[in-house]
Amino acid sequence: MSELFVGREEDFEEQDRRLIVQDGLEIGVFRVNGAFYAYQNQCAHRGGPVCQGKILNKVEEVLNEDKTSRGLQFSKEHLHIICPWHGFEYDLRDGVNAGNRRLHLKKYEVEVRKGGVYVLI
Amino acid sequence: MKEVHESPIKPIDVYTDTRDILAHAKRQADANKYEDYLIVDVDSHHTETNSWHEIIEYIEDPVIRAQAQEYQQSRTGGPPYGLSGDFGLKYQGVGGRIPHNDNRLETVEEKDVHRDVVLTRRAMESFGLDYMVVFPTPMLFLGTHPQPEMEVLLGRAYNRWLEERLLPGDERIKSFMYLPFNDPEAALRTVEDFSEVKGSVGFTITSARYKPVHHNQYMKLYAALEERGMPLCFHAGYYWQDSSMSLLNRFIGMHALAFVLCNLVHMTNWVLNGLPERFPKLKTIWLESGLAWIPFLMQRLDHEYLMRTSEAPLLRKLPSEYMREMYYTSQPMETDHPKALELTFEMIHAETQLLYSSDWPHWDFDPPSVIFDLPFLSEQGKRNILGENARRLLKLDER
Ligand code: FES
Repeated sequence: MSELFVGREEDFEEQDRRLIVQDGLEIGVFRVNGAFYAYQNQCAHRGGPVCQGKILNKVEEVLNEDKTSRGLQFSKEHLHIICPWHGFEYDLRDGVNAGNRRLHLKKYEVEVRKGGVYVLI
Repeated sequence: MKEVHESPIKPIDVYTDTRDILAHAKRQADANKYEDYLIVDVDSHHTETNSWHEIIEYIEDPVIRAQAQEYQQSRTGGPPYGLSGDFGLKYQGVGGRIPHNDNRLETVEEKDVHRDVVLTRRAMESFGLDYMVVFPTPMLFLGTHPQPEMEVLLGRAYNRWLEERLLPGDERIKSFMYLPFNDPEAALRTVEDFSEVKGSVGFTITSARYKPVHHNQYMKLYAALEERGMPLCFHAGYYWQDSSMSLLNRFIGMHALAFVLCNLVHMTNWVLNGLPERFPKLKTIWLESGLAWIPFLMQRLDHEYLMRTSEAPLLRKLPSEYMREMYYTSQPMETDHPKALELTFEMIHAETQLLYSSDWPHWDFDPPSVIFDLPFLSEQGKRNILGENARRLLKLDER
């Protein structure tokens, strides 16, 4: 196990990301609601650069009591990282795919120590 | 602890260089040693609307050309002159989630060739390709234009532009000439006039249209293609205003069905009216409908044919047997059900009839790894699908 220094905590805005590369291994580090998450930049679909994609809130469809649809809205809770190759969406907090829970990104632990952000690989 | 410096990889947007978007595809190409394979991409795209001001200069009718020039110079608020500006195009990039489908505004310094040549070369380099066959994009809807003469004029202008501006830029870039199929005589004239274009590998019918392919008025066209040994391809597309398709409210539903529906209809007419018997040497290629529809249609037609052979008297074998002699491009390959995919490969004789295609830069593109990584292919089968079948069919040089 080794650790990679990603940056200073105070330099990360909310929903910021850093992309780091070490010996060919590409990792995306994201800040969401103050917490840090890190994933390999490798989509579970066809290996696309998922961590370089758009960050958007999950889209939900809201139903009324009588099951009629009220239309679409952005979730307040779930934020997705979206692979730019074909649009596969993953929850930024656990790396699990939005459409198929069996698919997920490779996740790395992140440690914040004395204001420094480190990824454990 | 190792210090990590700022990464050269950045979030991807419409300004990102193709080679950066596809850096992982390049890595796959290197790891799999694609340089040891001949890889031909039989269906990719360029966005002809970016060159529309050039293309309209090739419109032969002087009045329409003047109108088009005026429109392109002065008018805003509409799609390029003569194109329909289909409703679905707004959704292709899934609301900005797939930027390369929305636009490609990357810097191109090279001035010696057309910008689209440079973009195509970048994609070839990234995917590890030897040849890339390019098709237009919004012109795929031209078959639904209410004025058939507009399809003739614009199709012809586009063919000239291909001949003079795009294809001479790189001999690895190929194309199929556009057939204005709504006007059978103009389509025949297209074959007569454009068969010798360097870089052209055949002719294409854009499948989204409402003309029955078996009508007597097309027999001269097919005979001319057969005589010249030119393959005929049916490039799938959609028409959201089609009365059945207009029931679908989500782009995903419309796209999933419509890109297959058009080719289902044309193939059914093609086979049941005995076109393969009438033109046994004419090679047909069915593009961009994926593969799952083929076993479906084979089973449906075989099942009904034996009960109603009197309705298809030109046939001398089962519909599926004709279909298995035709060619298909692979993309968008439905890979989520591996057993079904393996059976599909068997049913369509994929090792000799399937042609790899990427559909790059569209939202559902397939890198060559979709074929390369299949566990059930023989080594020769893999080589055939990636490039050898296309090389033989399109008469390409070995590289
Ligand atoms: S590779 Fe990520 S969506 Fe396809």
